[in-house]
Amino acid sequence: MNATAQIAVRRRPVLEMRHISKTFGPIRALQDVSLDAHAGELHALMGENGAGKSTLMKVLSGAYRPDPGGEILIDGTPLATGNPITSRTQGISVIYQELSLAPNLTVAQNIFLGNEPRRFGVVDRDRRDRRAQEIIERLGVSFSARDLVSSLSLGERQLVEIARALSTSARIIVIDEPTTSLTSRETDRLFEVIATLKLQGIAIIYISHRMEEVYRLADRASVLRDSGYVGTLDRTDLNASRLVSMMVGRELSAFYKKDHRPPDAARAVALSVRGMSDGNLLKDCSFDLHKGEVLALAGLVGSGRTELARLISGADRRIAGTLQLDGKPITIGSPREALDAGIAYLTEDRKELGLFLDMRVSDNINMGVLARDARPGGFRDFAAGERRAANAITNLSIRTASTRVNAGSLSGGNQQKVLLARLLETEPRVIILDEPTRGVDVGAKSEIYRLIDSLANRGVAILMISSELPEVVGIADRVLVMRDGAIAGEVTASAGEPLSQEAIMELATGAPQR
Amino acid sequence: MTERAIGMTGTVAQTSVGSRRLRTAFTALGMLPVLLLLAAAFQLINPRFLTGTNFLIVTQQSSINIVLAAGMTFVILTGGIDLSVGSILAASAMTAVLVSLIPEWGMLGVLAAVLVGLGFGFINGLFVAYVRLPPFIVTLGSLTAVRGVARLLGNDTTVFNPDLPFADIGNGSFFGIPWLVIIALTVVILSWLVLKCTVLGTWIYAVGGNVEAARLTGIKVPLVLIFVYCVSGLLAGLGGAMSAARLYAANGLQLGQSYELDAIAAVILGGTSFVGGIGSIWGTLIGGLIIAVLSNGLILAGVSDIWQYIIKGLVIVIAVALDRYRLQGGART
Repeated sequence: MNATAQIAVRRRPVLEMRHISKTFGPIRALQDVSLDAHAGELHALMGENGAGKSTLMKVLSGAYRPDPGGEILIDGTPLATGNPITSRTQGISVIYQELSLAPNLTVAQNIFLGNEPRRFGVVDRDRRDRRAQEIIERLGVSFSARDLVSSLSLGERQLVEIARALSTSARIIVIDEPTTSLTSRETDRLFEVIATLKLQGIAIIYISHRMEEVYRLADRASVLRDSGYVGTLDRTDLNASRLVSMMVGRELSAFYKKDHRPPDAARAVALSVRGMSDGNLLKDCSFDLHKGEVLALAGLVGSGRTELARLISGADRRIAGTLQLDGKPITIGSPREALDAGIAYLTEDRKELGLFLDMRVSDNINMGVLARDARPGGFRDFAAGERRAANAITNLSIRTASTRVNAGSLSGGNQQKVLLARLLETEPRVIILDEPTRGVDVGAKSEIYRLIDSLANRGVAILMISSELPEVVGIADRVLVMRDGAIAGEVTASAGEPLSQEAIMELATGAPQR
Repeated sequence: MTERAIGMTGTVAQTSVGSRRLRTAFTALGMLPVLLLLAAAFQLINPRFLTGTNFLIVTQQSSINIVLAAGMTFVILTGGIDLSVGSILAASAMTAVLVSLIPEWGMLGVLAAVLVGLGFGFINGLFVAYVRLPPFIVTLGSLTAVRGVARLLGNDTTVFNPDLPFADIGNGSFFGIPWLVIIALTVVILSWLVLKCTVLGTWIYAVGGNVEAARLTGIKVPLVLIFVYCVSGLLAGLGGAMSAARLYAANGLQLGQSYELDAIAAVILGGTSFVGGIGSIWGTLIGGLIIAVLSNGLILAGVSDIWQYIIKGLVIVIAVALDRYRLQGGART
């Protein structure tokens, strides 16, 4: 308390956002939120999806103009709000979750896109490449300024975004959930870069759902909930259950289920996978999935989990391998055939591969079973669809204004529930969930966990891909670990003992067994 | 309990649903204000514009383009494009006239034209859906190839039939309404029924909105694609019959040249997204009428042929630009 007061006296925050409100017609997206950031500080911004974080950052970047009464001060000077160019020249740079790089251009071209160093009105390529090289060397990365962005990994692309921010001499960098699609090594690299940025006196606002990141990085953490400001914790007061209860107003303990169903050889095998290969990454993958079981598929990013799931669900073509469902051999050549057989797949990328963002919530829920609503002449029974959608919305407690709003307007957690609802309408016997809680807020997460549990209790066989070990250990009854396109091993819970995170990591990384 | 919860959210949602409906209505109306504005302007320039006779002339002139544009709407809703409709129209018109020359069986000319159109559409669809070539390339190819077929059909001459058995379609009317207009309106209404009231229609929007998601959801994407190209081809064939009926003749070289561009312009003016997934057939109807009103009004205003082209092009671009601007403003709220 005393220390922060001293800091405030000694240095004025480089950024002060005061009493920011934002309303869109009748909807209040932000209400009287104040936030500041000091030079060289990392200020974590937390909150469920739809809490107002993105809106606040869009006000900061100038994409939105705040309602009258709110102001933004940079070094104590008021900033003309609602103008992205002013915000940028004042040193504000926002790195969004969806990266905005042009993959067909080089790193240097991307860094200086729209801001190219010129000589005689022509782009000065040498100077551009040299300056880009200087900047990325400051970040200590392994790629060159002349590399094509398409040849870089996601993590490296993130660093290019940061380099772009640095090229405009940003003093305040907002990073929106940077690690959702990074491997752990890339994440470490990013954190090192963030540490150097802090040393250079740059203020960082870091939006994240991941508690361990906030622990590791944050000097302070602020929480938004329901469009309003809840509170700020100093580093010394950071505490997971307190943060979670600030975000959702409920305790962490109810989060994961406690009891694992013990492996039971007597339980019938629902899906039997033998010798799956895709001629590329996957090599001879075989396993059994039992009825009423939650089987987790763990492994590092790129180990072939999603590829295996897509083969089983008919999304991609396999070159070898057989499937048996309830003891009967089946052939699956397309997602339609998989669904007809009773195998449903929830994609990991709900926006690109799952939802119809411009279509109604009800259409999104009904899309998989639309043929059931066909009346003579192909006419669609809208009433039946609306009833089905309304039921699903109540059952999964999807928060939406009505069944008629576009799916794109829902928050991440509710979009995920819409996808789950669509999948459940097909009454599957085997469900493959690919990162079911990615980019989903804490509240929706626990609801999804409860749903998975109740489905398993009803005898549905569930294969769940997850990159979050606490989730794997908390939800699954049994864990298969993949490495380099093959199944590296299995981890089961022995009596009274929980699933071992260490054992999973060892299998996933190929570390020598104890 | 749940009943009450639904009821409550219902009332809360009502106002926002109401304003959303209003906005959807505005989006659907889209270009209607532009159409009315144009009509008013032409009326000021030439009072002969808004007369009953001229109204019939305008609708009659726009009818063939609206039929083509209706088919184009299906294709563009899936994110595709059909450049071949003008050529298909020519080949179908040739077929219609040639078949009409067969004694006793002349009425079959209409059916033959429609079937020829359907056939070419089906071939387009096969290449797009199964060979997976980009629609632009497939239909650019058929634009050229089918034009050749159209010329081949009449040995590169104009074919006439002064006693065309189905000439009423092109020149007759029913209770004072030209058959061409009745056909065009029927096509629009049927298209609306298919797009908005059938399962297949929802699939079309789904494929245009997110083709990969549609596939993973179990929608048979290739069948949907083949259907839309068949519809476009079939309606181009119908347009060919209408065209032949109007002229008592067909010419493989000249007929339907650049009709595809007017059809695309009508669809785009109607607010249908070029990326697919968003749009409506009513927008296309208004778009088609805007183009017809422009041509007709400019003629009545005594504007030269050359300037008509320039003005039409500019109006299309400006109207769509205004529309985008308006929608962007709406999207923010």
